[in-house]
Amino acid sequence: MRLSSGGLIDRTQPIGFQFDGHDYAGFQGDTLASALLANGVRTVARSFKYHRPRGIFSAGSEEPNALVTLGTGAQTEPNVRATTQELFAGLQARAQNCWPSVDWDVMQVNDLLADFLGAGFYYKTFMWPKKAWEAVYEPLIRRAAGIGKLSGADDPDLNEKAFAHCDLLVIGAGPTGLMAALVAAEAGADVILCDEDATLGGRLNAEVEEIGGQSARDWAAATLARLSDMANVRIMTRTTVTGVYDQGTFGALERVCRHLPPGRGKRPVDCFWRIVAKQAVLAAGAIERPVAFRNNDRPGVMLAGAVRSYVNRYAVSPGRAVTVFGNNDNAHRTARDLLAAGVHVAALVDAREGAKTDLAVPFYPGAVVERVFGANGVEAVSIRTAKGRERLHSDCVAVSGGWNPSVHLTCHLNGRPVWDAGLAAFLPAPGAVPNLIPAGAAAGVFSTAGCLASGAEAAGKALLALGLNAANTTIPQAEDGTYDITPLWQVPGRGRAWLDLHNDVTVKDVRGAAVENFRSVEHMKRYTTQGMAPDQGKTSNMGALAVLADVTGREVPQTGTTTYRPPFVPVPIAALGAGGRGMGFAPRRLTTSHDVSLSMNAPMIEAGLWYRSSYFPRQGEATWRQSCDREVAMVRNAVGICDVSTLGKIDIQGADAARFLDFVYTNTFSTLKPGRVRYGLMLREDGFVMDDGTTARLGPQHYVMTTTTAAAGLVMMHLEFVAQVLKPDWDVRLISVTEQWAQVAVAGPKSRALLQDLLGQDLSNDVFPVMACGPVTLAGVEGRLFRISFSGELAYEIAMPARYGESLFRLLVARAEALGGGAYGLEALNILRLEKGLLTHAELDGRTTAQDLGLERMMAPGKDFIGKAAASRPGLVAEDRARLIALKPVGPVKQITAGAFLFEQDAEPVRTNAQGHVTSAGFSPTLGHTIGLAFLQNGADRVGERVHMVDHLRQITTLCEVCEPVFFDPEGGRTRG
Amino acid sequence: MADLTLTAQNALPQGDVAEVCGTSIRVPPMRPLTSLMPGASQGLGQALKKHHGLTLPEPGQRTLSDTAECLWFGHRQYLLVGVRPADSLTEVATLTDQSDAWSTVLLDGPLARDVLARLCPLDLRDAAFPMHATARSEIRHMMACITRVSADGFRLMVFRSMADTLLHDLREALAMRAARENL
Repeated sequence: MRLSSGGLIDRTQPIGFQFDGHDYAGFQGDTLASALLANGVRTVARSFKYHRPRGIFSAGSEEPNALVTLGTGAQTEPNVRATTQELFAGLQARAQNCWPSVDWDVMQVNDLLADFLGAGFYYKTFMWPKKAWEAVYEPLIRRAAGIGKLSGADDPDLNEKAFAHCDLLVIGAGPTGLMAALVAAEAGADVILCDEDATLGGRLNAEVEEIGGQSARDWAAATLARLSDMANVRIMTRTTVTGVYDQGTFGALERVCRHLPPGRGKRPVDCFWRIVAKQAVLAAGAIERPVAFRNNDRPGVMLAGAVRSYVNRYAVSPGRAVTVFGNNDNAHRTARDLLAAGVHVAALVDAREGAKTDLAVPFYPGAVVERVFGANGVEAVSIRTAKGRERLHSDCVAVSGGWNPSVHLTCHLNGRPVWDAGLAAFLPAPGAVPNLIPAGAAAGVFSTAGCLASGAEAAGKALLALGLNAANTTIPQAEDGTYDITPLWQVPGRGRAWLDLHNDVTVKDVRGAAVENFRSVEHMKRYTTQGMAPDQGKTSNMGALAVLADVTGREVPQTGTTTYRPPFVPVPIAALGAGGRGMGFAPRRLTTSHDVSLSMNAPMIEAGLWYRSSYFPRQGEATWRQSCDREVAMVRNAVGICDVSTLGKIDIQGADAARFLDFVYTNTFSTLKPGRVRYGLMLREDGFVMDDGTTARLGPQHYVMTTTTAAAGLVMMHLEFVAQVLKPDWDVRLISVTEQWAQVAVAGPKSRALLQDLLGQDLSNDVFPVMACGPVTLAGVEGRLFRISFSGELAYEIAMPARYGESLFRLLVARAEALGGGAYGLEALNILRLEKGLLTHAELDGRTTAQDLGLERMMAPGKDFIGKAAASRPGLVAEDRARLIALKPVGPVKQITAGAFLFEQDAEPVRTNAQGHVTSAGFSPTLGHTIGLAFLQNGADRVGERVHMVDHLRQITTLCEVCEPVFFDPEGGRTRG
Repeated sequence: MADLTLTAQNALPQGDVAEVCGTSIRVPPMRPLTSLMPGASQGLGQALKKHHGLTLPEPGQRTLSDTAECLWFGHRQYLLVGVRPADSLTEVATLTDQSDAWSTVLLDGPLARDVLARLCPLDLRDAAFPMHATARSEIRHMMACITRVSADGFRLMVFRSMADTLLHDLREALAMRAARENL
């Protein structure tokens, strides 16, 4: 019911919206919750488990009941808290967890079965048969229980992630936060002030009181205006600080345009901030807690402070005859404000003996609200006094069991809050988060005057730490009321009294947990699911653990709390993963031949972050295999061109460069002559193979190392570690030149002819033998030529500065095509190396040793190198280790598949009999059959034997012959060409 | 082979890419870049002064002359920008040509800082990142070098192979940041 005057709403701006298909109107400044209350809508949701009708319970992000689904189609957004959702024109909201409607829900029948459905019911009931849990029970329960549903469609909305930095982060912009921000800003600190509300001021906007001679809300607005004018202040509205992380980093969720109609263009829905602050003031305020009594979940039962918010901020009365029930002075304000707004107060019930009031309302000191009546909402209340019971007509109960300081963020680094018996509440542990100062209500200061002083004091401490001098900011006069609480958690009696409205957990459930011996608060939580809903038990944790303490005969501090973890409010995964969809997932590394390759219709394959050409289809080729076979034959018979720029290239220079390479490689490089290249093998500290590749000596103190594409970063890191940490006194200078050079392989019997013609120089064996390297000039550009081969053919790699990469590639492809060759891709490259038994990271998988790979002779005995000692461990040199071999099919089945296991011919193909596995496989057009590389126990000694290859996933069994790893040209005559 | 030519090509098309709300993204011409690694040698500062009129920058800084620039580029590493190094520098440092290894994009305007805040974790406030400050950091998972080149201008460098992604990310971040102007 809308009040005729007052509030922070703009009555000149009516806003139409829909809830559950009905049209309603509210005003600018309303939340969805206040607008629904103004329209007399009481039931806004059905509860999680029992499908009981639920109404709006709070006026903030702690809301356990009023979760609705917003929007339609792909933009459907479930679990939106109506209490924080600002109203906008055309807003469409739907109630959740109900069918056919929120007012008449079929699953309401669950409530009749409540006696059977208490905590632990599912665990005990749906045990047998075991398989039925996943197949039958869980889907059934999930359909019946629950909260909103996702649309299942791709999310079309945009999100952002961003960083911010400041001297002081102020979390919360109530009286404490505003004051802290003002003091710090006036002293010159860079301040970020975050608040989850759209209108700053916190409780000041919801209360009737004065600060500095003006209304509290006017003071808040004026202070905000002052702060907005200061260049060193950044005000972040609609931004909830969700978590505390190391080194003064805070996570925060900004709702950027959730308050606006759809049609957002490039605007992000949310932005997830990482704020790095030297100091922080936690001014997050406090959250009111309810008292549990029979049927206290009925629509119309509401937190007392929330009732004041609706009356004072939104000019809405949640009821026509309100019963106020509390155990502290604060509750009396609710009765006062209702009276002032002209709302009938049915009763003011104060649980404290000897409580007093001056208000002209029916007053019940030392009494409790025992239960409410009404099936779909509060219709009457039963008050129990010392004299007996009284039943009153009332449609709203404003309940206050006291306030819990919002200590959540102080617990994110494992701090445990400290119990304060006087306030009957947990307070932040001192120093729980380095450089974060809790202040105001978050630190247990509950009067406005106290909050202003506390905010100023906290800012003063922060300024001191920042080395800034506080200016003379005056603290205005404000109300300094009393709080005076006598703890009351639940009203004993028959029937069900709710603790956790969100997850439907009652006092009885918590008792049941204790009876079943789940006496630890963490066990109780998991047994009952209390506090595990999206609201994370903000209004229920304290009550539940107090009841648990009572049942187990302990005090609250001995019982302890569960652990508060980030995030403080739900954070959409879409915000956390902002920008990471599709191609945004990772950077794309493109070679200089990328565009040319695309123009040649080459499909791309990802190799790490790199995009490499898979194959280059020609007319008439319908499958990749046709292209691949043709490209292999092309290299074997004519000449092929392949961009190999993605391989890591590391420039190694310095007086100790040779010594350095001897240390990182198993074999020796100091003996390599300038102008020559050598294949090298590198081990990790633990003795396993890390990487392989060729290294060229360009000058006496100058080498260029080649790494595999996949391990380029890893090897660079390893070399830096060795240079900086293990051998800091050696003169070695490293830099990656991967990106500086475009490098192209020219492979095949006609490669020499191609390059001699192109470079105009003699490349015969006498002048430029296998493993030679040297400078070349092409069209006036200086480059490098290496005679290395990954195909087993006469082959070269030519490197030119990357700016010429595309041009070079085009030129080489054209020349090759004129000689009956052309470009080849990664598929052909793989077959070519398989035929030659050359290695990739399919074989160097981090678990293989030099011996496994048949490279034990590369471990130079006369010198020390990284991994040498560890490589000699018995387990690494054991004779029965799986060793590299090749396979060819000899039975009717011709397939060999990577990942398949190897078994002795007559062994059952089960795990315990596995003797090895296939690492790489492919069809060799040169040999006319499938080939594979594999690791097989004692493999080197088993050449000629037959084994079964079994691929359990693809259900393939192939009889294979064990072969030497090199199928093609084992003498290497072709390479030496 | 008189008919042979190799055409040089920047990783990104040179020139203006986008301008939104007074904030521009621009690809400048490629300039010579040379890595200078002095090792234990002490003479680089003097040689740099003598041959290029540049002082050796402190970590996180750059120094300028009329034609050239020297950039701190990591642990015991500098980047000479804009000129080919004098031959005699080889006596006091290891030189490695990096001209083709890095791509450069300029981001300039009132939204530049906000755009970078969406891509990079650096503190870019005046006090932390003043004029001529430089840092090796990341831009959306890409290893980058970021330099403050004017009041609202930043020079961003990433590996050549990732230039395309950098440009895409910058355009996207600028468009989304600019969309907030009308909220």
